[in-house]
Amino acid sequence: MRYAVLGAGPSGLYFALLAKKANPSDEVLVVERNPPDATFGWGVVFSEETLGALRDADYETYTEIGESFARWNAIDIYYQDTKIRSRGHVFTGISRKVLLNILQRRCRALGVRLEFEHEVRDLGEFEGADLIVGADGINGLVRRTYAEFFKAQVVVHPTKYVWFGSDLPLDAFTFIFRRNDHGLFQVHAYPFDARTCTFIVECPEDAWRRAGLESASEADSIAYCEALFQPELRGRRLMSNRSLWVNFATLRQESWHHGNVVLLGDAAHTAHFSIGSGTKLAMEDSIALVDALRRHGDLAAALNDYEMERQPMVERFQEAALESSSYFEHVSRYAHFDPRQFAFNLLTRSRRITYINLTQRDPELVRTVDSWFAAAATGSPDGAVRLSPPPMFTPFRIGQRSIPNRVAIAAGSDLEAAARLGAGLVITEFVSVTEDGRITPETPVIDRAEQDNLRSAVERIHLAGSRVALQLGHAGRRGSMRPRSQGVDRPLRQGGWRLMAASPIAYTPHAALPKAMTGRDIDHVVKVFALAAKAAAGCGLDALELNFAQGYLVAGFISPLTNRRSDEFGGSLENRMRFPLQVLDAVRVAWERPLLIRISASDWADGGLTPDESVEIGAMLKAHGGDLVHAVMGQTVWESRPDYRRLFAVPASDRIRNEAGIPTIASGNITTADDVNTILAAGRADLCILALSASG
Amino acid sequence: MNIGVGLPTSTSGISAELLFEWAKRADAGPFSTLGVVDRVAYQNYEPFTALAAAAAVTSRVRLATMVAIAPLRNTALLAKQAASLDALSGGRLTLGLAVGARGEDYAASGIDSRGRGRRFGEQLEAIRDIWEEGKIGPTPKAPGPRVLVGGSSGEALARMARYAEGYMHGGGPPRAFAGAAAKALTAWSDLGRPGKPQLWGMGYFALGEGTAQAGAEYLRHYYAFTGPFAEKIAAGNLTSPGAIADFIRGYEDAGCDELVLFPTVSDLGQVERLAEVIR
Repeated sequence: MRYAVLGAGPSGLYFALLAKKANPSDEVLVVERNPPDATFGWGVVFSEETLGALRDADYETYTEIGESFARWNAIDIYYQDTKIRSRGHVFTGISRKVLLNILQRRCRALGVRLEFEHEVRDLGEFEGADLIVGADGINGLVRRTYAEFFKAQVVVHPTKYVWFGSDLPLDAFTFIFRRNDHGLFQVHAYPFDARTCTFIVECPEDAWRRAGLESASEADSIAYCEALFQPELRGRRLMSNRSLWVNFATLRQESWHHGNVVLLGDAAHTAHFSIGSGTKLAMEDSIALVDALRRHGDLAAALNDYEMERQPMVERFQEAALESSSYFEHVSRYAHFDPRQFAFNLLTRSRRITYINLTQRDPELVRTVDSWFAAAATGSPDGAVRLSPPPMFTPFRIGQRSIPNRVAIAAGSDLEAAARLGAGLVITEFVSVTEDGRITPETPVIDRAEQDNLRSAVERIHLAGSRVALQLGHAGRRGSMRPRSQGVDRPLRQGGWRLMAASPIAYTPHAALPKAMTGRDIDHVVKVFALAAKAAAGCGLDALELNFAQGYLVAGFISPLTNRRSDEFGGSLENRMRFPLQVLDAVRVAWERPLLIRISASDWADGGLTPDESVEIGAMLKAHGGDLVHAVMGQTVWESRPDYRRLFAVPASDRIRNEAGIPTIASGNITTADDVNTILAAGRADLCILALSASG
Repeated sequence: MNIGVGLPTSTSGISAELLFEWAKRADAGPFSTLGVVDRVAYQNYEPFTALAAAAAVTSRVRLATMVAIAPLRNTALLAKQAASLDALSGGRLTLGLAVGARGEDYAASGIDSRGRGRRFGEQLEAIRDIWEEGKIGPTPKAPGPRVLVGGSSGEALARMARYAEGYMHGGGPPRAFAGAAAKALTAWSDLGRPGKPQLWGMGYFALGEGTAQAGAEYLRHYYAFTGPFAEKIAAGNLTSPGAIADFIRGYEDAGCDELVLFPTVSDLGQVERLAEVIR
């Protein structure tokens, strides 16, 4: 076999030496446009797992690499004049230059041909090669040449970042958060030998502009960052190496091979630097490709096998990297957090580390967080660390009431079965404020009989120790449907009732057309909600939840997709919220106890509610006396693009809670205590809906 | 978990005799269901016709479209065809429906593939109404044939949860099925549907000396429309009793209610060999 490898970075060199070692009679050529000693970037990080793979793949280089490593097990977080250290995270780092030198030497010793300062303009140059390996990075020639077959999807991230080196000696992976007049800046720094570290500075684009960094020279950028991080740098300097401010791009490609061409490392995929896995993934690619070539006589089968093995692995890292980068893009949202919660949120940002994982790595930190969380929950003094329950089993105070734990259950028709699970809060099924506000003929209406039922059920649930919230709503255009045991949103053929909505748009193609609500209808519904709240007050309930979500009557006013009104109830968000807030105001007068409001934070459809609007809505609900927002997603319109991934409504809850400053309930297929504890301790919600039916 | 077997309507060289004999053996064997695939621009038998033929020579085994591409069909005729097949087979039909993945089937049918998702939603809303109203007969015994929906998008899962009795997965390793099943259950409860959806899976197999190569070739050809992904599907063909047993165990652990294994070679011996593995 004859191999032509483009790019002498870690993946290209490592592939070359492994291929040559596997079959010394093969010809392996590596071409690189830069000279052998030119390096860009400073240090690279590996996990223990990657080291194991390197040891098994080539013991000689592993030994050399091992001798040059910096090892550490701590993460330091500098935030609001405090430093929090978390232990138990094993990292190893090595200078990129040292790593490349080791790999180059080994390549030469094995007989790999290395051609530096060789700029390739056309892959036709390698016509005689049996396999062309593109290890030439995200903007490389190989990827560009066969772009139509690889089908790339590139996401450019909104923040600016720059790679510096520093002579600051570190013994931990270090995050620094510093706010100045220009904005919030953060540092990702890690050591790679006893004296030197990689020092990445990241900030939002507007902060970068305000700081004048757009037009700054490398020296100016260094001076700015040295001054900004002077307390942590302690007089040490930052060093540049083609250090330019750029935006990170996440690259995904449907395929990594075409004919006799295959991609490795950054040429195949990238993952945001904040999880430090680029070189690790690249070198693991090299190992997998050489293994696949050894296993298969057939090149096509080998390349296919390589891709099948690596793609799922890389996708998992890319997902974690996207969560992580999103955290850093929005970190100013958490700038008011207690440092302990801030640290927990940072450490669990990518979702790869949860409450349980962190407990295994750093039990002391988790004890500290638990202790702080429990003290805050019970209003006890925030002092010494003491044994405390995990966040899920702390009480939540809302108004004069205390919910005994942080789990909420969305009950079906059997309220008491839900209470027997021991959840702190049981939210009833949808109960209509009026006869014609029912969803189906089976939907309960808050009439005398229902009030009697509720009163006795609530008494029994209180004895079991849970709190109860009554969910009140009006179905609007989603009314007059068949019982949901026969399907959802299937219109009644007989015995239906007349529907009304913000605008006359049927919910499904075969559903009845609702009439547009008049001013009188609006006044009437506001009154009906208030009367229902008054009626509920006599039932011993602990809270009310107003359903302003899921395409029902009130939600229909909120979304621009379903509100086409030209009066004062349509148009701007302020107008679209007028009727919902009138309902809230009227209920607030009639109901003194805690008031929850359920909203669809996204319509999951083009032209629907924006995430920014969902935050504004949260702030309006808070200003009008709402106590808690229950964030759900979708169902605004019949045809939408839902995303049912795990924890799907948690990001909306996180945003509303931390940007609008109102407590939230998170939902979206939360199935384990570990998820609940992670969400609560990280400050992404105050209560969680545990989805027991979806967990099996 | 029930285990069914595919009827070979899309592998090469399938005679009417072979199809009948295959159906009879499946009916006599330990299989719950005979499944058929659907495409237009391909050398395969039309699914409702093939199942009607199978119905005539069987009495026990259930019959399933896995899946029929609904938007290519007129809704009233589709409802009538399914009701007819259900009646003629003594209520043995499971109607799996989806929008399909191939533009060429839409082109060959002269139907615009744009807006197919929305049209499919309308069809799902209408089909059971048609069965219940009784104007377009034969009127099936209530509630009519069981409808399952396939597709991996959120849209597909929402349609499934609204209108169908369950979910039909399009194939892949147990891990892929488990991921899709979790989303199907989530969609179901998110839309407020009581109970749980039926979860169906599918896989491909070729058993016996010299069949692995032919099976892989068939899958490469059948899935050529997916581009390089066809190689991955071909590599997933189950070619040993051990691989099938592992696959079955994986699907069972993932909560699958019914798994249908499709042949990749046109060889009657496949039914017996598969029966031996699952007995």
